Amino acid sequence: MATSETICGQPMDRVDGHLKVTGRATYAADVRLDKLAYAALVLSTVSSGRIKHIDSAPAEKSAGVLAVITHHNAARLHSQEQEKRPGVDPEVGEPLSPLQDAVIRYHGQPVATVISETFVQATYAASLVHVVYEDSSGINDFNAAAAKAKPPTPVKGGKPGKSADYQRGDSAAALAKADVRVDAKYSIAAEHHNPMELHATVASWDGARLTLYDKTQWVDNVQEQVALAFRLDKENVRVISPFVGGAFGAALRVWPHVLIAALAARHVKRPVKLVLTRSQNFTIPGYRPKYLQNVSLAATREGTLTAIEHEGIGQTSIYEEYTESLLDTTRQLYACPNVKTHYRLAAMNVNTPASMRGPGEVSGVFALESALDELAVALKVDPVELRLRNFAKEDPEYNLPWSSNSLQACYRQAAQRIGWDQRTPAPRSMSDGNQLIGYGMATATWPAKRLPASVRVQLKQDGSASIETAGSDIGPGTYTALTQIAADALGLAASQVTVVLGDTNLPTAPVQGGSMTIASIGSAVHEAATAMRNKVIKLAQEDPQSPLHRAVASDIEVKAGRLSLHKAPHTGESYAQLLQRHRQETLELTHSSKPGDETKKYAMRSFGAHFVEVRVDRDLGNVRVARVVSAFAAGRIINPKTAHSQAIGGIVGGIGMALLEHTRWDSRNGRIVNSNLADYHVPVHADIHPIEAFFIEETDMYSNPIGTKGLAELSIVGVAAAIANAVYHATGKRLRDLPITLESLL
Amino acid sequence: MQQFSYSRAPDIAAALQQSKDHGESKYLGGGTTLLDCMKLHVETPAHLVDVNHLANRIEVKSTTIRIGAAVRNSDLAYHEVIRTKFPVLSEALLAGATPQIRNMATVAGNLLQRTRCTYFRDTTWPCNKREPDSGCSAIDGFNRSHAILGTSDKCIATHPSDMCVALIALDAVIEAEGPRGKRQIPMRDFHVAYGEDPIKESVLEAGELITAVEIPELPFYARSHYLKVRDRASFEFALVSVAAALQIEGDRITGARLALGGVGTKPWRATEAEQALVGRHPDENAFVEAAGVALRDARPQRDNGFKIELAKRSICRALGVVARMK
Repeated sequence: MATSETICGQPMDRVDGHLKVTGRATYAADVRLDKLAYAALVLSTVSSGRIKHIDSAPAEKSAGVLAVITHHNAARLHSQEQEKRPGVDPEVGEPLSPLQDAVIRYHGQPVATVISETFVQATYAASLVHVVYEDSSGINDFNAAAAKAKPPTPVKGGKPGKSADYQRGDSAAALAKADVRVDAKYSIAAEHHNPMELHATVASWDGARLTLYDKTQWVDNVQEQVALAFRLDKENVRVISPFVGGAFGAALRVWPHVLIAALAARHVKRPVKLVLTRSQNFTIPGYRPKYLQNVSLAATREGTLTAIEHEGIGQTSIYEEYTESLLDTTRQLYACPNVKTHYRLAAMNVNTPASMRGPGEVSGVFALESALDELAVALKVDPVELRLRNFAKEDPEYNLPWSSNSLQACYRQAAQRIGWDQRTPAPRSMSDGNQLIGYGMATATWPAKRLPASVRVQLKQDGSASIETAGSDIGPGTYTALTQIAADALGLAASQVTVVLGDTNLPTAPVQGGSMTIASIGSAVHEAATAMRNKVIKLAQEDPQSPLHRAVASDIEVKAGRLSLHKAPHTGESYAQLLQRHRQETLELTHSSKPGDETKKYAMRSFGAHFVEVRVDRDLGNVRVARVVSAFAAGRIINPKTAHSQAIGGIVGGIGMALLEHTRWDSRNGRIVNSNLADYHVPVHADIHPIEAFFIEETDMYSNPIGTKGLAELSIVGVAAAIANAVYHATGKRLRDLPITLESLL
Repeated sequence: MQQFSYSRAPDIAAALQQSKDHGESKYLGGGTTLLDCMKLHVETPAHLVDVNHLANRIEVKSTTIRIGAAVRNSDLAYHEVIRTKFPVLSEALLAGATPQIRNMATVAGNLLQRTRCTYFRDTTWPCNKREPDSGCSAIDGFNRSHAILGTSDKCIATHPSDMCVALIALDAVIEAEGPRGKRQIPMRDFHVAYGEDPIKESVLEAGELITAVEIPELPFYARSHYLKVRDRASFEFALVSVAAALQIEGDRITGARLALGGVGTKPWRATEAEQALVGRHPDENAFVEAAGVALRDARPQRDNGFKIELAKRSICRALGVVARMK
């Protein structure tokens, strides 16, 4: 399908790029409404206990203040029944309903909001709210919590590994009689998403109707949850979010500040804007949880894996059990008959963690792929060769054939491009002046999933078309990719297609998460646009005035908005001519699309391989990722340019995870001590050296109608393991704790 | 941010007067530290006297270079004479912050930069530097970035400046003007180790305004280098930094300047280490020995013990680079 004839497969510039670079793309915090007031939050300064007393009088008297809302005067919010919770919420526990009670669950929990005429007045007045706590010592130390870790509470239909222990074969027996085994313990620091755009909500009531301008990855869910909290009909809540300045999972859920903005606007009877500060972005939305992981591998002398045991202990809050697909890869990546996985939770007085790019798999794969490297060293087998020897020809967990799997090609082509054969296997065997050079690699994988989605297509009398759906574009280039898919299906130029997103008034769409958007919404657009094209063809066939009257449908093609016969291109007419003759302003149809039984017949995953070169200062311990070469097999690539941007972005995120990002709680009181971008380190330009990301051409006949598999999450999975493995090769030091810091290499 | 009033001084005399007229006032330079701290409620001045437009010239004199207090860090770093005759200063400036911040930050502001101690910058924690005798939260807290030299049981905050490390190595002199007239303060006497008195960071008196910095020009300052070690390649404060200059005649070191950043509660001049270098061959043995002398009194905290070894290795690296310079 990706021929030069099609627009899909072309490296098209972003259709919204111009709006973004000229500042005309409207983000939530950009919204200005008449009589807009501003809210600021007051957060708890203890991690556990109760509010004994709140003195809001000084704040109320402060200039410009309209109201102070605490649990004493906040309207009651209703919470969702557990069974009806959206997939982005934890399956067990109670989401934090803000300003509803005196209970303090974590440090940085909202306890009051101040609404003022201006932002500056609101933030100043918030500093005057005096809160007295009854401080009961909370669980602020992860190691202490991990020592008491428990299995997740079983839930109905809980998936193995996400909520239940998993076992196939007899791993204990295989480990006992292994030729070679590796037993290692890994740890990963918590990380915060820190998208450039701060979380923000503007709430505006008109009687019983509420409009929210929100930073979110899922407008339909915000509508549903907010309607429920305020006992409103869903139709009376409209959520608008046409542009999102990065999210990485931080805006999947409806976080407390969204409800607070709506509460505040109702309280002061004016529209209210609430923009979280950078620091508040650390304790209102979630973050990637800390993990401790134990991995045991058994193998024969020849390097055939005979057992994998993988246990993960993940951080969660005391009010919700956050679990993610930490151990899924371990059960699916390698052909191994004996596998056991255990998931445990360490509950602390922290806000609930959340999905962050590559959630679960990125953490689990760090441990698994580091352990594989340790096994390669123990076996004296090349790490690439070890992986090829244990390649899973079908999914070993569900015993299903892969819908497509080009992992072997990823290994081979990326290895060749980085010059893997020049690598001398012994640690510390390669150097350049003060720098030790190391090469490392690891596997990337992510499940290819698809959710139901609906799309409305309008074909207009001028021959242009619009595509409308509630889905989001948080930055990957969804507007552009959907434009390309629609243009191909309709036989239009890309410039004739307009995509409208991010509004609950549009046909319902799933969350933009899990790398499912193109598979879900892209498939719906493809099907809807194809249906529209067929509808127009039918109109022509049945129209005696049309040159295509009584033509056979399969003989008709549409190119650049003109219907014609394949074999007689002069016989035909344009969409515009046909619609004008029929006096149709527009033709419109809405189409819903959902996965079929292919999910029961095939296992579906994207795959990839990261190869990195690191340079480690032999005296000072600094690690520089000098080069990354990554191959991705993610089905059909709709737009190689935006896909490439997404891939290198994921790799940069992986470099951050490996070397820099580390959210630190002070274990004395559970307060985060680096909740700003000067102390929480993400990579800067100067940290990033050449990154070569490329795609393996792959045709997936089964994943969905357009043959895509998802890329965003995939690109970060495995990066940290590849870097740690390269650091071992450079220095001979096996570092099992992320992030890797220079002091561990002195 | 707390409300404040603002005035712009037409000249230095007026600035001093405006400062005097308003009780709790601060001079406003680029604002890259002051406004930041005001947003955090760490600084709460009632009045700001804007001195941005005063004293912003760089004068090259016969034996010194005189830098106006309001000269921007970028302008100083890229000045031809600074780049060629005082490379350590240019490198130190360019190792600091980001281009945007350097375009705003002034020389005087940099001299008075506040520490990045997370417990100082967050008013929910006790901090002796903010509130006398409230206690130091860093000593039993997360202190990887904290000081190992010049600390006490009252304060272990690190002096954050890169520029100051180069200036103290170069024996710069600070000119200030205040209610009691003009005076010159040698750089090595200017800062007070936080450990001694956490509140008092410099010898500057209330209302006194820095007007210029003067650096003597010694030929061997051209043979100087600034090494900054940190987790990421830019926009981060030093874990360890070294300003080094060597005068080498024949095969002997005849003059040395060595100062450390990221490890001290003030810009740390390693005078004894300098003395240990003089008369020696510029080789690894001499550097290792000097590094040992420089860190002799270092006192590690829970998370920053690595800084001692890192500082020693950084000193050797920097001296090695300087020794090989032509």
